[in-house]
Amino acid sequence: MKGGQSRVGIVSYGAYVPRLRIKAEEIARVWGHDAHMGDALNIQQKSVPSPDEDVATMSVEAARIAVERAGIAARRIGAIFVGSESHPYAVKPTGTIVAEALGAGPFVQMADFEFACKAGTAAVQACMGLAVSKLVDLGLAIGADTSQGAPGDALEYSASAGAAAIVVGREPSEFCAEINYTTSYTTDTPDFWRREGQKYPSHGERFTGTPAFFKHVAAAGERVFSEMGTTPEDYDYAVFHQPNGKFPKMVGKKLGFRDEQVALGLLAPRIGNTYSAAVLLGLANVLDAAKPGDRIFVAGYGSGAGSDAFDLTVSPGIAKIRGRGVPTVEDFVRSDEFLDDATYAKYRGKIQVPSGGAT
Amino acid sequence: MTVPRFWREQPQRYRLLGAECNNCGGIYFPPRTVCPECRRESIGKMVQRQLSGRGTVLAHTVVHQPADGFELQVPYVMAIVELEEGCRVMAQVVDVVPGSVGTGLPVEMTFRRIREDGRNGVIYYGYKFRPMRHTTLDKRVANSIASPKPSSTPPRSPAGSRPRRS
Repeated sequence: MKGGQSRVGIVSYGAYVPRLRIKAEEIARVWGHDAHMGDALNIQQKSVPSPDEDVATMSVEAARIAVERAGIAARRIGAIFVGSESHPYAVKPTGTIVAEALGAGPFVQMADFEFACKAGTAAVQACMGLAVSKLVDLGLAIGADTSQGAPGDALEYSASAGAAAIVVGREPSEFCAEINYTTSYTTDTPDFWRREGQKYPSHGERFTGTPAFFKHVAAAGERVFSEMGTTPEDYDYAVFHQPNGKFPKMVGKKLGFRDEQVALGLLAPRIGNTYSAAVLLGLANVLDAAKPGDRIFVAGYGSGAGSDAFDLTVSPGIAKIRGRGVPTVEDFVRSDEFLDDATYAKYRGKIQVPSGGAT
Repeated sequence: MTVPRFWREQPQRYRLLGAECNNCGGIYFPPRTVCPECRRESIGKMVQRQLSGRGTVLAHTVVHQPADGFELQVPYVMAIVELEEGCRVMAQVVDVVPGSVGTGLPVEMTFRRIREDGRNGVIYYGYKFRPMRHTTLDKRVANSIASPKPSSTPPRSPAGSRPRRS
């Protein structure tokens, strides 16, 4: 890690995306919107959780894959941070459920994180600090969400579900990718929020663009370049938070990346905005394909607002954790199980039922 | 179900932690403190056994009249799954079209919400099963769906194979 002898990296990773999808054109049909809304957002379809799935279940699935991929003994995990804006409980940690399901702990540091869509990358940074300082052997950072948009709101096209788990450690021989540097750019910018007890979020519509997403991601990205002495051409891949399918390409262009560098880490057109999971799922998709020595630029974004940016180099260890029969991101992204809008509304608790409604 | 009772059973419900008799090698789920085969000879010899979570559907039914809390999932599949270790467990099979489930279908454990104590109550999580992920669904496994093999490991005892409803 820059500025010291200590090294820190990603030891393993896991992804999970529910198999159900709804098409943008189906949402547009029901709400009387332009049939090309999906094209405008570059989101053709989005993932939908089953009634029995939530942030805890998806976090467990992603974490189990991460642990299985690298053959990690659960007792080595000394910290678990789950980042989400849709934790199943307002009060009661999601992380305890993940730890029990993995067989990790009880000696484990834990807290649930919330920072809109960047709680997952914030969890990665917390794990980096604990691993480098030798307070823990391995840290498990998870970004997961089952986000909701108000019926008929523009968020209906994007708010989806997914989870990504990143295991962070300090032993270079275990790295599948070394984290060379991380930085955060954070200001008090109210572009998107959800008040206590409210089911659906509110947002500042176009205010979510220039002064929010673009300003913060660009500022964090420029700092990576200046601190690391790099230019966009030094990176093989660039992964961004993806509230829709067009913002990552636009901010990539603004920073100087070509569309080809952004393409592999861009999943929003096929699964929508998985919020806290989005940028980490994009990174996981890149790690599924990257070669040792490849350099990866990563910039998450969370409304409120902040951006966490990372500079990574893929390690030789990536070869050791491939081909273990563990599913890739593409295995989850690929799905043709489409719902109609009425079933989607039923599953997402948008229809009032006497009992057993989804959350 | 009360919260303390569920809490006691979390290791088995969350990650299929069973029990093994070190006297006869019998494997049990839910875990037992005494082996029904060896009885007193098994005392002190029962150890925890982490089950693989992989198995095949032995029998199934499609539920159209749901249990409380399952209304949104109708129609859904309940099955008796024979695990690789030989013991049997009753559980829901998810991520499938009900008509596509048949005897011999390879399945694996997944972690899902089972039910909740109303809007203010605790959420109960636990195991369900889903078809084996296609990355591991090689030709050999695909063939076994077409021609299911008879059960190679008969249940060790009625108690050991008692279906467990979540």
